[in-house]
Amino acid sequence: MIEVSVTVNGRAYEEAVAPRLLLSDFLRHTLGLTGTHVGCEHGVCGSCTVIVDDRSVRSCLMLAAQVDGAEVRTVEGLADGDELHPLQAAFRRNHALQCGFCTPGILMASVDFLERSDSPGRRQIAEMLSGHLCRCTGYEPIVESIHAVALQEGQSP
Amino acid sequence: MSWVGKPLERIEDETLLRGRGRFIDDLNPVPGAYHAAVVRSPYAAAHLTSIDASAALASPGVLAVVTGQQVAELTKPFHAVIDTPVAFRAAAVEEVRYAGEPVAVVVARDRYLAEDAAEMVAVEYEPAAPVLTPLDAVAAGAIVSDRSFVYGDPLGKLEEADLVVTESFTFPRWTGTPVEGFGVIADWSAADDALTVWTNFQGPFTLYMAAAAALGLPRSKLRLITPPDSGGSFGIKAAVYTYVVLMGAVSRHLGVPVRWIEDRLEHLAASAASTERVTEVTAGFTNDGKLISLGYDVVEDVGAYLRAPEPATLYRMHGSLSGAYTVQDVSARNRVVLTNRCPTGLNRGFGGPQLYFALEGTMAIAAARLGIDPVDLAHRNLVAAGEFPYTTPTGAIYDSGDYAVCLDDALATVGYAEHRRRQAAARADGRLVGIGIACVVEPSVSNMGYISLAETAQERSGGLPKSGNTEGATISMSPGGGVVVQISTTPQGQGHRTVVSQVVADQLGLEPGDIEVVSVLDTHVNAWSIASGNYSSRFSAMGVAAVQQAAEELTAAIKQIAAHELECAVLDVELRDGKAAVVGQQDAAVSLRRIAGKAHWNPEALPDGVAPGLRFTSFVSAPGLEPAASDDTIASSAVHGFVADVAVVEVDRETGAVTVLDYATTHDAGTLLNPRLVEGQVRGGFAHGAGVALMERLAYDEDGNLITASFMDYLCMTASEVPPLRSSHIETPSPFTALGAKGLGEGNTMSAPVTIANAVRDALGIERLELPLTPSRVWELIEPLS
Ligand code: FES
Ligand code: FES
Repeated sequence: MIEVSVTVNGRAYEEAVAPRLLLSDFLRHTLGLTGTHVGCEHGVCGSCTVIVDDRSVRSCLMLAAQVDGAEVRTVEGLADGDELHPLQAAFRRNHALQCGFCTPGILMASVDFLERSDSPGRRQIAEMLSGHLCRCTGYEPIVESIHAVALQEGQSP
Repeated sequence: MSWVGKPLERIEDETLLRGRGRFIDDLNPVPGAYHAAVVRSPYAAAHLTSIDASAALASPGVLAVVTGQQVAELTKPFHAVIDTPVAFRAAAVEEVRYAGEPVAVVVARDRYLAEDAAEMVAVEYEPAAPVLTPLDAVAAGAIVSDRSFVYGDPLGKLEEADLVVTESFTFPRWTGTPVEGFGVIADWSAADDALTVWTNFQGPFTLYMAAAAALGLPRSKLRLITPPDSGGSFGIKAAVYTYVVLMGAVSRHLGVPVRWIEDRLEHLAASAASTERVTEVTAGFTNDGKLISLGYDVVEDVGAYLRAPEPATLYRMHGSLSGAYTVQDVSARNRVVLTNRCPTGLNRGFGGPQLYFALEGTMAIAAARLGIDPVDLAHRNLVAAGEFPYTTPTGAIYDSGDYAVCLDDALATVGYAEHRRRQAAARADGRLVGIGIACVVEPSVSNMGYISLAETAQERSGGLPKSGNTEGATISMSPGGGVVVQISTTPQGQGHRTVVSQVVADQLGLEPGDIEVVSVLDTHVNAWSIASGNYSSRFSAMGVAAVQQAAEELTAAIKQIAAHELECAVLDVELRDGKAAVVGQQDAAVSLRRIAGKAHWNPEALPDGVAPGLRFTSFVSAPGLEPAASDDTIASSAVHGFVADVAVVEVDRETGAVTVLDYATTHDAGTLLNPRLVEGQVRGGFAHGAGVALMERLAYDEDGNLITASFMDYLCMTASEVPPLRSSHIETPSPFTALGAKGLGEGNTMSAPVTIANAVRDALGIERLELPLTPSRVWELIEPLS
């Protein structure tokens, strides 16, 4: 077993984990943060995306042991109390989710994407999203939501 | 105040957006459940000679390895409507018939240990030669059903035809593959000889019956519970029922609870897929473009076993073999064959994509040969607005519609005339630009009796006739006036809870936020019937009808209590703003909370005829769904929407890549209950249809191994590939449903593959095309042209 101390959504955890335990399983089953979903376990669908030290990663491709000392953000930490994150609110407004299984991963990837891009256009957003599979929505409302938030952010300095 | 028809945001969303959804793998309903991993056949066809589990059993954390033989001792083979020579069991015993077929289950303390041990199970096989295509299956004699149908005199009419089109159409295997796979948690209780199963099953509950039968359990001893959330399905998760049996048997054999969460590789290889269908069409047209004779010769590949509800893919559209057209003389020969590939099942569109790929492809080919614009050809054949309700030659009753107006709307949306002009200019520049259309009748609410068409009228006459499509719902008002609705439509993302809250809010004079809607289906608690579940786009008709009726009963009781209290006539009571009030009087009102309080706390004070408790369960069945008639006509669905699509594409001469430049779709789905959700269904259905048109296909190598075995190889549409879509609606309410609504979740999956194919036909001047239209395939088609 390996000792892991990690901060997830601002809360500190100390856990002993098996060396091969995936980060996705650690979040879901060890910490009970089941908002992070697993759709393929081979790094393609993107539903397991979380943010580790300010970078979005696929938690099915990472080991829990690798986040020792790191800061992890998951979908559960996105809203500010009663207030949804602007992306969450835009997703609701635009009907950008149906089953909601892909949504947490797309939200976390989008948070990271918006943090590191400068007023992205629809095409860039679609390219970022091409690492995520959604079988329900046909993507357009997701692109629209992210674009709306990007525009909002562009306006408010 | 009417909430129905408003584009309300969804009550489902906040929970899901916060990561608080409860999907099957998020549940821990029983303590200490063991984890299962399935050992699967690497061969598409083989004799299984031995299983040696000793190494696996010695592996850490392993409780047991349960073989197919041991599962067989606790279960029976699955039944389907027609008998086949091969027994279909939850796990193989001596013979494996597809790569990925379960042969054993390893049960261990955690999933990692179970998967480790699964690799150590040594299974010996004697491989055999697999049969992998529909036509090879015909050649090999693997035909399990062969039925011919004749309506009118199609052969006679063919002699009158000026043009006869004979063409072959192959529709590929593909899958709607939801992002969440199957999951089953099975808990056998020896104390009461009963099994409780949590699973993301989606109905139809005919398959629950099939699972109980295979487990040899009296129906009351199989309790099935769905999780609050399910990560998409598109039909595919209906097939989880065979794993309910497998894990149920394992739990029973070992006496411990067992959980199994499918992984992606298992899902693609061994869950379910659409049928692959080869259709030979023979169609007769007059010179002025009237379709007068239509014949289909179909070979349908259902995979390794005929898994119920198959061959339903073939018969779901039977009432609509004539599509949107007035042709009266129709025939079909339907052969169902077995191959050594994963068994097929429900998949969005369910028979519609296959049928329309052939029918609408034929229309495009005929238009080109006759030198008639495809739009004109369609107009000359569409069922006219004045003809509804329209009975098709094969027995469907089309409830309402205005197909011509709908088509013209799609043409106007896309700017058809302008696109034709631009196409001419582009062609003059040597570019390959094409325009395709399709007109598609979208049936919803399946007749539970249509599958029996796989039997002859004589065979049918021996059994219990099947008909209808039944749904139930329960509504209750608590002592504090809280309203809770329980539905049995097992949504997987469609927003049923939101729509139900709108419908009930209208009935009770409340706001949608006042209504709690529970979509968990527990077979021992909910009001359900065999048709329950989420398929054949039945929710907006049947789910809503059941809720509406239950809410009406509650309303009636509330009004009676209020009238008694207000000393007025029941007819003078209306429900508004959380009160029961006397019509036209400001002050004469009593709150629903008070009425609820009375019904629960003071039953002595209730008026005669009102029972205490305020809980109502209603069942409804769709009208007009008679059993198959002796002349083989069938009203295969209760409700029929319409979709008209236009696609404009350009084919790159150098690469063969097909780009959809413009795409318009116009639906007539009757009354729209929530336009926001409607748009979601249209876009989602379109992405699936465009996916199979352009990139999605389950491909197998010559040994029967799935080549597209991961998301690296099975190419789902992504955000940068999904074509642009413009959609609009006309509304001709259905006279057959509670609120005039029709299903609409599958229409574009039926229409998009053939619309895009027709546009490519137009661009290339080539008649025979195979889906998906990948660059390499298209390049091979245009190479000889240049
Ligand atoms: S589960 Fe990690 S990318 Fe699919
Ligand atoms: S909302 Fe269902 S997969 Fe995206």
